[in-house]
Amino acid sequence: MPEISQLSGPEAVRVGFYVCHCGTNIAGTVDVKALAGYAASLPRVAVSREYKYMCSDPGQALIEQDIADHKLNRVVVASCSPLLHEATFRRALGRAGLNPFLLQMVNIREHVSWVHLDKKAATEKAQDLVRAAVQRVALHKPLQKRRVDINPSVLVVGGGIAGIHAALTLAEAGKQVYLVEREPTIGGHMAMFDKTFPTLDCAACILTPKMTAVGSHPNIKLWTYSEVVKVDGYVGNYKAQVKHKPRYVIDDLCIGCQECIAACVYKEGKTPDEFNLGLSMRKPIYLPFPQAVPQKVVIDRDTCIEFKSGKCKKTCVEACGDRLAIDFKQKETFDEIEIGAIILATGFKTFAPERNPYCGYGRYPNVYTSLEVERLINASGPTAGEVILRDGKKPASVGIIHCIGSRDANTNRWCSKVCCMYSLKLAHLIKEHTGAEVFNFYIDMRTPGKGYEEFYDRLLDEGVHFVRGRVAEVSDWAVHPSEEGKLVIRAEDTLAGFVRRIPVDMVVLSVGLEPQSDAQDVRRLFNISCASEGWFLERHPKLAPVSTFTEGVYIAGACQGPKDIPDSVAQAGAAAAEALALIDAKSVELEPYTASILEEECSGCKSCISLCPYQAIAFIEEKKKAYINEVLCKGCGTCVAGCPSGSIKQNFFEDEEIFEEIEGVLAYA
Amino acid sequence: MLSRQPSASETSQAKFEPRIVAFFCNWCTYLAADLAGTSRMKYAPNVRVVRLMCSGRVDPQFVLDAFAHGADGVFIGGCHPGDCHYQEGNYKTLKRYHLLKRVLKEMGIEEDRFRLEWISAAEADRVRTAINQMVEKVRDLGPLNLELKDLENAYAEEVLV
Repeated sequence: MPEISQLSGPEAVRVGFYVCHCGTNIAGTVDVKALAGYAASLPRVAVSREYKYMCSDPGQALIEQDIADHKLNRVVVASCSPLLHEATFRRALGRAGLNPFLLQMVNIREHVSWVHLDKKAATEKAQDLVRAAVQRVALHKPLQKRRVDINPSVLVVGGGIAGIHAALTLAEAGKQVYLVEREPTIGGHMAMFDKTFPTLDCAACILTPKMTAVGSHPNIKLWTYSEVVKVDGYVGNYKAQVKHKPRYVIDDLCIGCQECIAACVYKEGKTPDEFNLGLSMRKPIYLPFPQAVPQKVVIDRDTCIEFKSGKCKKTCVEACGDRLAIDFKQKETFDEIEIGAIILATGFKTFAPERNPYCGYGRYPNVYTSLEVERLINASGPTAGEVILRDGKKPASVGIIHCIGSRDANTNRWCSKVCCMYSLKLAHLIKEHTGAEVFNFYIDMRTPGKGYEEFYDRLLDEGVHFVRGRVAEVSDWAVHPSEEGKLVIRAEDTLAGFVRRIPVDMVVLSVGLEPQSDAQDVRRLFNISCASEGWFLERHPKLAPVSTFTEGVYIAGACQGPKDIPDSVAQAGAAAAEALALIDAKSVELEPYTASILEEECSGCKSCISLCPYQAIAFIEEKKKAYINEVLCKGCGTCVAGCPSGSIKQNFFEDEEIFEEIEGVLAYA
Repeated sequence: MLSRQPSASETSQAKFEPRIVAFFCNWCTYLAADLAGTSRMKYAPNVRVVRLMCSGRVDPQFVLDAFAHGADGVFIGGCHPGDCHYQEGNYKTLKRYHLLKRVLKEMGIEEDRFRLEWISAAEADRVRTAINQMVEKVRDLGPLNLELKDLENAYAEEVLV
């Protein structure tokens, strides 16, 4: 271990120490004057200052000036988390002609002033951390970032409105885009909606042009019924493996004429139609919905007779004729792609209302989810746009219950953000279609958005009833003749101050939004994090809302949290812009935290080789030494910790540097 | 080495304030600790965090060094199994942790002085509770008196055998 004293002499270490007040964020809890005074008393500290905002231009200029005036060759900044401003201060060092890695930051805001109340204890902790940093920084060595080229193509995962918008934006910019969707068609949830709030423009009318644009864009490689199964590499140079599930229909040969569907030996559909949420039936060979992109049919092998018995007359093949598009022997295939950036737009799922047994879903046939009602209202839906009960009659009264699976301590605590508005929209549409009396049961009416509050006002004028209070129960238990044969909604009317019983023909449950059930698998695949509720975690909630902690991986739309269409599209545009900014830079700098072998000490035991998850360590037979490929090394340091002879070092996290830090925080004893 | 004098509260017999060194992974527990800060959660001020890129970087020597230099406890925070930013560094940590625990036991260092926690970037509350719990436990155990004399004796015995 090199003694610090060895670094004195002509190469004497001269540390500049700076503590940031961060307004009162730090100075309110940590005695910054005392801290600066303490740092000044430490060996090798040539300058010690406190300043109101170190990250401001004058704050950075102060460091740069001191480096010149006081011949500083090391800098320690005690301020916020290094994850926030390490880059800022490294740039300041760079401008002053000092290698950026001769900086050490001390996190005295997130880890000290914001989490402790006792000023004395907080200041002492800050002193310990500062002492450790001053000791550590003396051992820092100049490091160079590695520059690598960026592959200019982008992978977009998820073909809902967010994925579609991101893919189109990038494709328009001339980038090669791979859009991967696991369903047989793109469109996502938006394709299921009838109208969109608050303008009531028809979802299909605004979505389908974008869907066809995706399908025909020369820069977009659209893979539906496909999933990303493997991701390797690093920012600018990712490799992904995409699995194509067999449709049993050859993409290039199917022209979407649907004659095969008409010819299927099943005269009527017998399988619940996923797109209509089981409200209608489909055949084993089907097109998910009329505007599906691509217009290619799919065969469901679980229900197709040919797959079950092998004895089908195969009328579909007959109908297809010399187009020869049907292939029962199709196998899943794989594609390997290389991309520079990845945008995840994997969306959400709706809350399963069976989890709230009191609302009667699954028990009473005329209790629907909001998404089912979207399909009922939709002209291409199972009832061709008629809002009817299961017996075919029009409802005379409808109750819409808000916050099912939202703002509920028993299920999901978050507000799903879109339900108030879509409930208002459904209330309007149901009234328009049926003339029914419509009751909305709400906790709070949340309508922040352009034209949203005005839409609420409009509904009030239209004579829709609003009952403020949580619903306790939906039942068919009639206590009054007027309730016979009806569904009775019991709810506390908190404005009137009593419990009401309102009999209705139809109940609509405004289900909330939840992370996809496989969100955890997806985020592991792409090496990003989830917030505790399961939504993908953004790098910063305000300032980096579409970035993740994995460079080159961006998120857009409702996979990050509940979002309506305008917000999803805005985020998709933002994610596309971030990806463009990355790939148009042509190359990217990588942190130099890689490990390397100290050849003279390596005994050739090979312990490190199995520790590396990236196969970055090779064994050179001639020399009987290990060798680390710097390009493959990601800088975790696991091999460094595992080397029995201490002959691997990790840049910026060298053993000696860490020992200094450990001993530094404990040195007052 | 010029060092800060122990304060009155640290020397007083009335309430022992343990010193705990923590090694936090840059991608999960360090972020969670940042989040605890942004969320203004309050916890015991006894922990000093050393940031590493991966809990897999925690060399057993770091832990021993911390104890040798007066730490009363050592805390390692890494990503949940399956969540490692570097695929499997945390599994290596887990193996080393169990091995090291046995070594520490042999040395007479109580189990509660050495803790490994999986804390994701979102689990700020877990940072708070884990730190508070550990501080309480170590406070109950009292200062770690790694008497050099004992160590010398141990070595002497070893030589005799």
